[in-house]
Amino acid sequence: MSDPVWILGIHMTKFGKHPDKDILDLASEGVRGALGDAGVTMQDIDVIGAGNVLGKGLIGQDLQKQLGQIGVPVFNVNNNCATGATALRVAMMAIKAGEAEVGLAFGVEKLSGAGMLGNWGGDDGDGEWTPTGRAGAVVPLEGRVNTQVMPAVFAQIGLEYGHRYGGADFELFARIAEKNHAHSTLNPLAAYTKRMSLEQIMNEPMIAWPNTRAMCSANCDGAAAAVLVSDAKLKTLSKEQQRRAIKISASVLTSDPWRDGCQVLPDINSLTRAAATTAYEQAGVGPEDLDLVELHDCFATAELVHYDNLQLCEEGGAVDFFESGAPWRDGRTPVNVSGGLESKGHPVAATGIANIWEISHHLRGEAGDRQIEGAKVGLAHVIGIGQACGVHILEKAAA
Amino acid sequence: MPATTCRVEGENLMVSAVPMVDYLVLGDSPHLEAEECTTCGARVFGRHNACPSCSATEFRRVAVATEGELHTFSIVNFGPPGVDVPYVAAVVDCGGTLVQGLVVNTPADPGHVTAGMKLRLTTFPIGTDSAGTEAIGFGFEPLQES
Repeated sequence: MSDPVWILGIHMTKFGKHPDKDILDLASEGVRGALGDAGVTMQDIDVIGAGNVLGKGLIGQDLQKQLGQIGVPVFNVNNNCATGATALRVAMMAIKAGEAEVGLAFGVEKLSGAGMLGNWGGDDGDGEWTPTGRAGAVVPLEGRVNTQVMPAVFAQIGLEYGHRYGGADFELFARIAEKNHAHSTLNPLAAYTKRMSLEQIMNEPMIAWPNTRAMCSANCDGAAAAVLVSDAKLKTLSKEQQRRAIKISASVLTSDPWRDGCQVLPDINSLTRAAATTAYEQAGVGPEDLDLVELHDCFATAELVHYDNLQLCEEGGAVDFFESGAPWRDGRTPVNVSGGLESKGHPVAATGIANIWEISHHLRGEAGDRQIEGAKVGLAHVIGIGQACGVHILEKAAA
Repeated sequence: MPATTCRVEGENLMVSAVPMVDYLVLGDSPHLEAEECTTCGARVFGRHNACPSCSATEFRRVAVATEGELHTFSIVNFGPPGVDVPYVAAVVDCGGTLVQGLVVNTPADPGHVTAGMKLRLTTFPIGTDSAGTEAIGFGFEPLQES
């Protein structure tokens, strides 16, 4: 077994509206926060994994032009909502490969007011019908053959699970959102920190049945960044740095394997299940060992299926798992104590590192009012539609 | 060039209609056609460079059952300009092959649309272009007990 890679420093900005900050201001705040937390400077960095989905620049280089042009390799990555986890994994692989001792990973997004994310596809041209694309479509297919708007796609995924195993109705999905909105009241960095009643959530505008607005991830601005370090390097650093370091016990990235129908209805399940299985093997822990989980609740309907995919419950048992109270912060396996994407917010490329920040915060015992007492092991999960899945298992330093 | 042909029993007949997608086959008994891998039997829709299941490169076109069961859906209330809302974006299990399509000819509300309901393929005009060619779309309507 090779030596572990450690998180030396990690930071997330407040998620929400930042009209006075551009994307580089946000990225700078995240990265400087992580560098400061790690006790290193830009000059110590050997490699950069950089994530941004909706922008167009080379964000890793653009950031250096503001914070320090150090000439190191930059990997600008895009795996949609799994981008942050991918950036972190790239930095980690460079350290594992022996090409770097200290790596920086960050994700940043300016999303406030972006509206619904999805691919409308096609072109409503004038003139004559012209078959275009792989399916020879003469009109855009959204709303005519299919939907690619995210609240609807993830609604289909949640209702598929509900139909297969039973017990999942509109109210159950709304109660999942109720939990996450309740959790975020303890998180000062969340985009929304107001508790919402079940009735309020169910009476919000219906975006795509059964997901109301309060059951959808909140588009917002934000950044998160992490500094990773090799085991050998960590041993040369101060006792305090070693004490606060977080062990990356598992780091797994998967894409979606072929399954019948997976190009008709995106299969976000197989790759998550596979990633979780590999992660548990890598870390030598099981789902029952997890003190907390941050999973990709881009919509309330998604959270339900990931209880199952991450094997927090028996196969088919996600509804019972939720009904038991297990995923509430005082339950057996607290899920999304940050408020999750539905309430903390979802600045796409930042999310995969922000989830890891949340876990790290608890493992260090620094989570304040929302601290899960005695947390030693946690799991962070993200899904990028398309599909990419990142799963990280993190452990408190032994010292 | 607009496609103004549709396949009817293997012949290419000039008609003034074009299917909304090329895997919709018009004619006397409209149906959808999947690309089926001749090696492993995996089914996909639309042109593929190779089979996503086994990477073989030969496909045959196979007719998909025109009746099926609602596998899952969402009722979309916010769509792109020019598309009527709400619409029921569905995945239909047609004899073991999953197909995308809207549920039509029934109110778009959760009281009328439930997973597991029986559906059948239906086609309808969706517009006419400047050359007078009609585009034909498809959807799935509730299968009436008779």
